[in-house]
Formats: sequence, structure tokens, C-alpha cells
Amino acid sequence: MPQTIRGCGAVTLLAVLSMLVLARGARAQEDPSGMWAPRFHEDWFERIPGPEIGDYLGIPINDAARLRGDSWDATLLELPENQCRAHGADYGWRGPSNLRIWTEVDRATQKLIAYHTHLSAYGAEQTIWMDGRAHPPDYARHTWAGFSTGEWDGDTLLITTTHLKENWLRRNGLPRSDAATARVHLLRHGNYLTVAVIVYDPVYLTEPFIRTTDFIYAPQQQMAPWPCEVVDEVDRPAGSVPHHLPGANPFLEEFPAKYGIPPQAARGGAETMYPEYILKMRGMPTLPRAAKPPAP
Amino acid sequence: MRTTLLALLCLAWAPATGFTEQSATGSRPAAASARPSAEVHVLPVQGSIYMLVGAGGNITVQVGTDGVLLVDAGTAAMTDKVLAAIRTLSDKPIRYLINTHVHADHTGGNEAIAHAGSTIAGGNVVGDIGGSATNQATVIAFQSVLERMSAPASAKESVPQAAWPTETYTTPERKLFFNDEGIEMLHVPAAHTDGDTLVFFRRSDVISAGDLFVTTGYPLIDLRRGGNIQGIIAGLNRIIELAIPADEQEGGTLVIPGHGRLCDVADVVFYQEMVTIIRDRIQAMIDKGMSLEQVEAARPTRDYDGRYGSSTGFWTTAMFVEAVYRSLSAKH
Repeated sequence: MPQTIRGCGAVTLLAVLSMLVLARGARAQEDPSGMWAPRFHEDWFERIPGPEIGDYLGIPINDAARLRGDSWDATLLELPENQCRAHGADYGWRGPSNLRIWTEVDRATQKLIAYHTHLSAYGAEQTIWMDGRAHPPDYARHTWAGFSTGEWDGDTLLITTTHLKENWLRRNGLPRSDAATARVHLLRHGNYLTVAVIVYDPVYLTEPFIRTTDFIYAPQQQMAPWPCEVVDEVDRPAGSVPHHLPGANPFLEEFPAKYGIPPQAARGGAETMYPEYILKMRGMPTLPRAAKPPAP
Repeated sequence: MRTTLLALLCLAWAPATGFTEQSATGSRPAAASARPSAEVHVLPVQGSIYMLVGAGGNITVQVGTDGVLLVDAGTAAMTDKVLAAIRTLSDKPIRYLINTHVHADHTGGNEAIAHAGSTIAGGNVVGDIGGSATNQATVIAFQSVLERMSAPASAKESVPQAAWPTETYTTPERKLFFNDEGIEMLHVPAAHTDGDTLVFFRRSDVISAGDLFVTTGYPLIDLRRGGNIQGIIAGLNRIIELAIPADEQEGGTLVIPGHGRLCDVADVVFYQEMVTIIRDRIQAMIDKGMSLEQVEAARPTRDYDGRYGSSTGFWTTAMFVEAVYRSLSAKH
């Protein structure tokens, strides 16, 4: 075979390989736009009925977060100023929410400016800027959605969120501070979407807190509005803040007693995130199981 | 002993913070040139309101066809940069300067900024007293701010007359209409000091809170100047009562704190909840007969210290706990 033809063959092979690599790269970045329905096979009890009071298992909290959780009184949510409060961008994915994702594109260049998300719960919306803009200065406002920028890493959309308002680690009073940053890994696998959220909170966490939530593509899905009207649910003195004094929350043992979990384990912390903790739990004392209420 | 220590610490930090009698009265000590190399940043808020950051306490700027109105003046050392920042927003004269309270990180720039402006006057007023009626902006504050600035305690502690408020009010509220906007000045008694004013811009829907609300730490309670934890909470509750959030309980009315980032009422609610919970805990300890030392040992703020606390600097967690304790036990 003449040298030039062999050379052409090599060039062609290189070109084909390059096209394959590029095509793979292009396919790897799957546009997450569209309607997505939630799947609750992970963490059903925490997400849908709602977490139990005093259940801090599996969260790398510190003592300060533990006391915030112990002090939390659920009637705080009755206050008018808290009734329509949205979840933070790091927690909102967890709700019983339909999700819509759409793009904002520059008309002239057709370059992607941003992804936008809408969650049906609270009508929460988030903008993920893809145009390389910088995050605002520290004196700018914090919001439930925070300020998010995104970049592709292979097939994963990496989202960095700052400027978050205080919100939940778990919806039973465990706080996430407004000094926290969230790093979201958004992965589309065909008709499935996995949202892995990593929360870094220097105030209430001792390690990053990682959680995944899944959605399925649902182009037929309807997005319901979320009208929320504040009402006076309970007549209280102005300015009152329901809470439990330290050591005075009578409900903290209900969770470990109900499930036969050692109370020490229910207090959570980084150690309780890891599988080997199950072995350690076996040696811990438990409370008597709470009797089931009689059938009506 | 503890009070003496607090006073000494206050004196030591006076130049930077304006918390002491000396600096609160604005005598502009040489060392008061706090952070002269700092920059003043302009943040658009909403409506006709902007927030200036970096000049000591936050400064609120309202601009419009009538001129410029400021809430607070920052430190004396930063006035040139403050004036330069204002000129990026408006070339109209500075007409009003409202002081939210007496401390020098909010009033230190009074003299220079007021004299860079002018008051609207005419007719008999100017005719009777001449140009002095108009040669500076009107400086408005609650009466006790003037009383503290003008108190002849000692020559060392006096404030130059040119830095005093030119108009004061003694009622719960004073109103002003400027730049097509109703402005309410609302006095909150015995809170951060005894001369606190909330300023509510009704058309722009912005509240300038002074040091009744900060995002940078626990609330400063200046017991020596009539401050009290109960007044702080009353002030926070007043802000929550005035503000109307938009969807999801955020946005709507925006709140400019005395120090820290731009906020809305949801941020104020978190802060009010924190302060109220700590107040309740310390009150419960006092009700049990616990001494200040016992209360401090119990660390009633420990779940919030990571966000708001400090073991060093001008206003430590221990000072905050002591101020709450003394507020509630009325031993100060």
C-alpha cells in the first residue's frame, strides 16, 4: 500500500476516532430540560410523612445543630411569617414536587445563558447561570434559591450555589445555616434524573452532607400552581416564638422508642452516616418499644 | 469588675466601632480613621434606594428629583469615599441626613456630609438668618441623639456642634415626604440605645434598620446609653410588622441592616427567633435564681455561636450574654 494511502488511512481513522469521542462527549451532556416527576423510593418516611421529631440519624451534625433541633417546636410553622416559607435550593428537590427544567438561550448566538428550574412545592424557582458570570459580593441578598452557577463535567452538570438563606438539613428543626454552600451534581440517564446534593455548612456540619433524589421524565405532567395564603392559625401574643428550653423537649425519645433505635444513635453525627455504625449500634441500649395504639 | 472591663474594652475599640462615649460623641480622634484604605461599595436595593457598604455602618441612600437623602453617615474617615459614591448615583444636592442612633460608625461622617449638602429654604427663613439656613443638609435624629452628642460631660467627649442633628423629634414617629416618597421615622425605645430610629421608605418599600438589626453578630446592646434586649426584640418585631413579603415569604419589603448584607423580612424573622429564644433561655435561668456566672457557664447561646458569636473583638458572646442578663435582671 502506498505510503500516502496508508497516511490517509491513519488520518481517516484518527478523524473517525475524534468524531466518536466528540459524539460521545456531545451525547454525554444530555440536556436536562423537560418535565420530571419525583420518585420516592429513597427516604420515603423522611420525605412524605415527614421526619420524626428527634431523628437526627445519618446527618453529620455538630452539637450546635443538635441543640437547634432539640429546641425546635413544630408550632413555629404556624406563625404567619413561616407559613408560606419555601425550602432552600439544596432541600427543595426532596419535596413531593413536580419539576420542570428549561433553558434560557441568547437569541443571536444561541448560546446557553441559564437553566431554570420550577418545583411545584411552594412554586420555588432557581436559575443556574451557565454563562460564566461571577457570584455576587457577600453583602448581596441571600434567597431560598441562592445564587447558582453551572458547568459541565462530562455527563454531569455541576451546580454551585451560594447566598442561601437559612433553611433545613432535615424538616424537623435541624438547621442549615446561611453560611452554607451547596454543590449539586445533576445527572441525566435517559429518562431518569438523579440530583445529588452536597451541603457544606461550616456552622452546623462536621462533614459534607450528601443526599440523592431521583426523578423520571414525564412529558405528560401538569404543573399545578402553589397558591399560599397566610392566615392567623393560632391567636398568639405578637412576637412569640414557640420553642423548647434546653433539656425540656418531651418528644425526643418518641422516635428511638418507636423504632427500637438506640437513643444515642438517634442523636446523629458524622459517625451515623457510615455502614460500620450498624455494628456499633448493636451494643447500645434501647428504650422499650412504644406500644402501638389500639385499632379504632 | 466586669463592667469596668467592658468599659475598658469599649474604649479600646472605640476608633473602629464608635461604640464608646468618646467616639459616640463624634470627637473624631485621630485613630478614628477606621479602615481608611477600605472601599465603599454601592448596591442597588429597589425603588430609589441604594445601600453603601464599607464606610462603617451601612448607609442608605435615596435619590430623586428633590435631591439626596441619607440614612446614617458612616465613619468620619470614610466621608470622601462616601461622597464620591453618592456622586455616582446623583448630582443633586444632599438635602437630608437621618441618624439611626448616636454611635460614631453611623454619625462620624455627619459634619462633612451635612456640609456637602444644603437645606431647602427661602422667604423669611433665609431673609432672617441668611445663608446659614441653607448651607448644610438637615440632620434629623431622635432627641436623645442630640442630647448625647451635646452633653457637656467633658471637653474631651464633646462632639463638634457642626456634627449635631439640626432637627430632632420626640414623638413615636416623624414623617417626611421627599423624592415623591413618604418616609416614616419610627422611634424604638430602649433597644440598641435609647435613641434608635427605624426609617421606612414607603414607596420604595425599604426599611433602614440601623443597628436594631445586623447580620454580622449578636445584637449590640449599649446598656450605658439606654439599650435593652427587650427593646431590640420590640424593634425586630416592629420590622416584621411593617414588612410585607412577596411570594414564598421573601422579597417584597427589603431591609438594610446596620451592618452586614442586604436582607428581607425572612432574614429578620430568623434573627428575631434567635434573639427571642436566647432571651427566653436567659430569663428562665434568671427565674431559677442563676447568677451571671452560672448563666455564662450554661452557654445559652451555644447553638448560635457558630453563626453569630465571637470570643474576640469588640462585641463578644460573653458581652452579649451579660447585656441580656443585665437587661432582664435590671441590675445595670
